[in-house]
This record gives sequence, structure tokens and C-alpha cells, in this order.
Amino acid sequence: MESHEHDVLIIGGGGAGLRAAIELGESYPQLRVAVISKVYPMRSHTVAAEGGAAAVIKANDSLDRHAYDTVSGSDWLGDQDVIEAFVKEAPGEMIQLEHWGCPWSREPDGHVAVRPFGGMAIERTWFAADKTGFHMLHTLYQTALKFSGIKWYDECFVTKLLVEQGRCQGVAAIELLTGQVHAILAGAVIVCTGGAGRLFPFTTNGAIKTGDGMALAYRAGAPLKDMEFVQYHPTGLPGTGILITEAARGEGGLLVNKDGYRYLQDYGLGPPDPWPRLRAMELGPRDRLSQAFTQEETKGRTIPTPYGNVVYLDLRHLGEEKIDKKLPFVRELARNYAGIDPVHDPIPVRPVVHYVMGGIDTDIDTATVVQGLFAAGECACISLNGANRLGSNSLTELLVFGKRAARAAAQFALDHQVLASTQLKSQAEQEQQRIGSQYIRKQGGTERVATIRQELNRIMEAGAGIYRAADSLQKACSTIAILKDRFRNIVLDDRSVSFNTELISALELDFMLDVAQALVHSARLRTESRGSHQRTDYPARDDKNFLKHSMAYKTDGEPRIDYKNVVITRWPPGERVYGK
Amino acid sequence: MANSTPDGTIRLEVFRYSPEKTEAPWYQTYEVPFRKDWVVLDALNYIKDQSDGSLTFRWSCRMGVCGSCGMMVNGIPKLSCAAFLRDYYPNPIRVEPLANFPVLRDLVFQLDSFIEKLKSVQPWIVRKQEKPVSEGEYLQSPAEHARYKDFSMCINCMLCYAACPVVGLEPEFLGPAAIALAQRYNFDSRDQGRSLRQEVVASHDGIWQCTFVGECSAVCPKHVDPAGAIQQAKVASTVDWFKEVLWPWGAAR
Repeated sequence: MESHEHDVLIIGGGGAGLRAAIELGESYPQLRVAVISKVYPMRSHTVAAEGGAAAVIKANDSLDRHAYDTVSGSDWLGDQDVIEAFVKEAPGEMIQLEHWGCPWSREPDGHVAVRPFGGMAIERTWFAADKTGFHMLHTLYQTALKFSGIKWYDECFVTKLLVEQGRCQGVAAIELLTGQVHAILAGAVIVCTGGAGRLFPFTTNGAIKTGDGMALAYRAGAPLKDMEFVQYHPTGLPGTGILITEAARGEGGLLVNKDGYRYLQDYGLGPPDPWPRLRAMELGPRDRLSQAFTQEETKGRTIPTPYGNVVYLDLRHLGEEKIDKKLPFVRELARNYAGIDPVHDPIPVRPVVHYVMGGIDTDIDTATVVQGLFAAGECACISLNGANRLGSNSLTELLVFGKRAARAAAQFALDHQVLASTQLKSQAEQEQQRIGSQYIRKQGGTERVATIRQELNRIMEAGAGIYRAADSLQKACSTIAILKDRFRNIVLDDRSVSFNTELISALELDFMLDVAQALVHSARLRTESRGSHQRTDYPARDDKNFLKHSMAYKTDGEPRIDYKNVVITRWPPGERVYGK
Repeated sequence: MANSTPDGTIRLEVFRYSPEKTEAPWYQTYEVPFRKDWVVLDALNYIKDQSDGSLTFRWSCRMGVCGSCGMMVNGIPKLSCAAFLRDYYPNPIRVEPLANFPVLRDLVFQLDSFIEKLKSVQPWIVRKQEKPVSEGEYLQSPAEHARYKDFSMCINCMLCYAACPVVGLEPEFLGPAAIALAQRYNFDSRDQGRSLRQEVVASHDGIWQCTFVGECSAVCPKHVDPAGAIQQAKVASTVDWFKEVLWPWGAAR
């Protein structure tokens, strides 16, 4: 078995992982740093983010206002110490990315331009047209290439975190090309593997977003926090689930039902001014907008299509010039995948799973409870986003906490060498054996990967969609338990060693089942409605019992759910008010 | 996806290569449901999910931005997530790995040489002196932004390498995307690194290999126009040469 040793190992080459890598390259040149990614880093799903990244930069704005928008957007489930640190560090991180060459859109005078975004009371969303995530990812990747000391393990899939003597000290990973498992040891490990949108059938997320890092940490003993909070973005294209950015509404796009009526005014988001009014109507928070869609659907005021009911996102009044300048990707996507040109026709849209607020529980410095293990980005739950993330906070989150993770992990690695490398390698050898016997050389088995994945997708949507209730969640819990049993009977068509993508899909599905189970059990036990978690049987927010984070711990059976207090500093729980 | 109604079937002839099993590649034929809103990638996923889990290809975002799923579709480099079955129906579709790269398995090709080429052009902002973050952003007018913007749109999908006849003959050639990305930084008003990049870009394996066929720009799904980037680099290098020869005391570097 090949083994390698580093000081800091980053799992995942998206925004958070690359930001961490650059920080390590710049500030800790003495450390041996490696990035391991199941795809080439520029394929990471950060690439698909469109609208922008929030940070206070303009004279009319303030850190407190960004913090308050985030606190209220989170329905008070965000930790306020984290939110305060975030808004404070955000502007510097965004300027740093500008210095690295990110092609931010500009004002005529050469300053960086900002646009309005949902749930934000002031325009503070930096953007690179409507391909912000793409430009950020490529800027970060290309900048990271500057550091010749960084070792890149591209197309290597981590199957297990190696924990010895109570410390995470590396990973076992399959090199796709050779099919060989390697032991990659490190003094500290940072998980930056992104979200788990692929648990659901209808999602903006790419194929790679299967919750791998969440499951890895969960299996290593770290709790998954607030997993019941799943964000539906209100405007996805029917059928494909391709995202139409919130920036379309920030630039003035309107949402109308089958009668051409701006229905959001009926759901406490009015008044329906003809201009983009901040923190109101189309610029309300995503949870409220997606919930309003479902209400409209129930009232029969949406438009049926072969891919489910839709409402219309109307951009026609913006005109061709503005659409081409500010929203070129929206036009390209609508033309290619919906067959309509938004200059001339409204875009059919429906809510689509977009982001998981929950994730690996970390402290404010990204440390998990497992010594030597850190996490940042969507896979983590540092409690910036609480029960509902505001659009354009997550790209900035990657930078702020990617950098914090690098510093924390570097310090840990400086203080801790790899110990027990023999035992760690032996764990990796057992992984090689396990993968051989459970998949590649397995005798028997009848279940196809795609069958179980599709059944998981169906039960997640039915049980843990925009509106949930005890019976649907209970059914989801029991179905997932059955699917986990059935997974043991999996069979692969592909028994090759080299580039076995069916094997990777099976390993991802195994991860997804764990993450799904934590999600539905956390949701079943949260008997209140808050942010994106709406219970038809418990429609009110219950601060007395649930101003708390859910903490799901892995056991041999169902997850054990515990609770942890929310950090409140300056903004006591209040009512979320939009519109007015 | 499953909700739309199929309208007959369409035939895919897919290039297969599995060095563990057999030395020679072969073509395998699959009949898949024809749905007019399906792309080639949807058809490949249908095959992988329903009947043949061993079919091997890369993909992720299925919205034309991650750059993973480039393939030859009827001989033309395409993103398979943007190649609609309806544009070929009722004729069969031949799907092969991108040309000009070593094939690893089925539709998966070796990408490492591009990463090395990308790294060699130093695709990052080079400054004689860094400005501290506390002093704010570099100003950049919309006109300065427009100078490099198109070259910054490259998604590294490698369609241009598959289309380039020179890459096929001279694997060491830097190639369209890497040169376009060098120009992306050369044209950025914040950058001062052009002379460093010139050593690679203007070398034997750089721009002078290009015979200006222009196929790279024709297949680019993001309208980056690498051919234009190469042409501009040639002109700029020629100017450098004239400056050095005719005014050695005033040379650009």
C-alpha cells in the first residue's frame, strides 16, 4: 500500500478548500500541504454559484446591518458570535480575492459594484455578472497553483477518516485511475467537501454533491448539526432543476402566478412596489418565497407543466441590454434548457433543493470535536446560516472560514505530529479489503445503485420537503432504515479496478444514506416551525424548547439526537419582518 | 426527468475501452428512449443507471459550467450536457472521448498535461508590489474589465484541444485554453506579469506552433475565442521583437 505524509490535508478543492490551501501556502510555507479531491478542483460545485457574495463595502452600509439581516434571516438559529466575526472578516476577504484577480463587475468609476439580494436590507452583494462562483473558483484555483509546494491528489475519493489515539490523522482514499487505496496521513485534516443536495430528486446541485465529508466526519464521531434545515431556492428550471439566480430578482425580476399576479404580497412580503424593494416581495428570504409557492400551488394558482407546477419569473421589462450585461448566464440557461428567451418570455420556475444549512458541527474556528479534524464551507455547520441562509452569504462563508480553518489546522499541525502511522496504514489496508470484498469481488447481490438512490430521493422529497409532518417524517425514517438494509445487497456491473465510477457511486450512496438518516431524524424531533423547517403539525416557532441546535450522533442503529444552545450576543429572538 | 414522455428510441454508438479486459477499444450500441428535452449526458446516465453500470464518463453540474463532460459527439467536440438528442434524431449518435488526449477508460481521458500547461503560463496576478488589503480594491474601469473578460470565461473543458489539429500533432503545444488564460492575465489592468509569461507563451511550444485554423474558437462553448488570443499574442510578441531589435535600450522588458 502506498502511503504519504503531510502536515495539513484538505479534503475538497472547492471554494473553502482552495482558500484554505492558499492561506497555508502563503502563511505557513514550512508546512507540507495537500489537497485531495474526487474531481479536478475546477469542477467543484462552487463553479455553479451565480448571483454573488456578500460583504459590506459601501458607505451606506454597516457591519451591524449585515449581521442583523443574517441573524433574522437565520430565524435566530445562527450563532451570533459567528455572524459577527463573519461580517467583520468578509470585506477583507472579498478585497483579497479582488487582488488575486477575481473579475468583479465594476461601477463606471472603477470601484467594485454591488447588487441587491434576498433578505438583505442594503445592496452588498459583489458579483461577477451572474457567474460569480465560477469566477471565484477559477481565481482561487489558479492562484493556488502559484504554490509549488502544494501536493494535489486529483480524482481521489476519500472513503474513511483515519482516527488513532483520539486524533484524526489522515484518510484512506481510492485513486480513481489505479483503483488503489492510499493511506494519506496528516497532522491535521480539513473537510471542505460541500453539501448534500443530491439526497433530493430535484436539486440545483451537481452530481458530486453527495454529502461525503458529512458522512466521513459523522462516522468518525463528529455530530451533524441542524441537518433538518434544507434550503429550497425559489427559482429552479422545471425538469433539470437548473438554478436561475436570485440576482434575476435583485435586478428587478418579478414572480407572478397563472393570473399574472405578484402573489408574494399575499404572504406578508408586500407591498408590491414596482421597483426592487429590499427585504420585501421578490427580495424576501428564500424560505418564505419557496413556502409561498407551495401555498399558491395548493390554491391552484400555479401553471401545470410536464415537470410539475410552475410560476413565472418575468424579466422582460428589464430589456435586452440589461439582461445581457447583468444576467447573461440566465439568458443562456433559459434558452438552452427551458427553450425560452427571457427577453421575450417569462421563465417558468419552481422551488428546488439548493443548500444544506446543517453539517459537521464546528466551533468558531472550524474545529470539530474530533481532535485534528476541521471543517469549512457547506459541509460544515459553523452556525452562520441557522434555519435559513441568505443568498450570497455562502460564497463569502467559503473564504472567511476556509481561511480560519487553514490557520486553526496549521496551528494544530505545528503542535502535533503524525503518530501511530503503522496503525493508520493498517486501517487503510482494511479499507482496501473492505472495498474489495463488499463491492469489487462481491458474490451475489441484487440491488442496483440507481434503484436505491432513486428511492432515497423520492422519500426525501415526500418526507422532508418544504412542508413536513410527523407521519411523513416517520415514514421517511423507516424507509431509510429499510434502504440501508437493502444497500447491503448491492451489486455492481463494473468489477474493474481502474476508474470504476459505479463503485464511487455506490460509496457515495452509502454516505448519502447516513446523512439522510441524520436529516430525517433531526427533522422528526424538531416539533416546531423555524426558517426552512416547516411542520404542518407544529406551525409556530417555539423558542422555549427549540432555540437550540440539533446534534445528530452516529450509533449502530438510529442516530441519537441531542441539543446545544444557540449563541445570542446582541440580538434577542424577535419576529422576522419582511415587507412593510 | 422521468416525467416527460418518451417518443420512440434513439441509438447511441458509444466508444468503449477497458484496458483491464481487452487491449482494443470497441463500439457498443445502446437504444435509449428519445425525449426531446434530453441531452446526450441524460442518455448516458440512463444507460449507466438502467442497464450498464460499467459505462464510464465524467460529469457533474449538467448546466455547462463545470467543464467535466466534454466528448466527441458525431465527431465534434461538445459538452454532452448541452448536446440535445433532438438535434440528431432520428439518426444514431456516435459518442467518443475527446480527441487528442490519451484515453483512460471509455469516455474518460487523461487531463494532467493540461494542468501542467496551465501552471506553466502562471495564471495568477503578478505584482511588483502587492497592495495591502487595508487599502481597498484596485480600481478597474468597465473598459479595462472588458479587455480580458472574454478570456476569463474559459471553463477548461478541453473542447478546443480536441478540435486543434496542432495539439494532435505536437502534444507539447501549450494549446488554445492555456494561451487564452495567459492572455486573460496579460490583459488584466491589475497584472504586471506579462514578461514572465512571455517566456513560455512565445517559446517554441507556445503561440508559434499555432497555424491559425481557428477550430478552437468555433467549438468553444463559452465564446472565449482562443484563436483571437493567440493571434493577439503573436502580434504582441512581434512588437516585442521589433522593440528589442530596433530599440534595444527601450525594450519592453
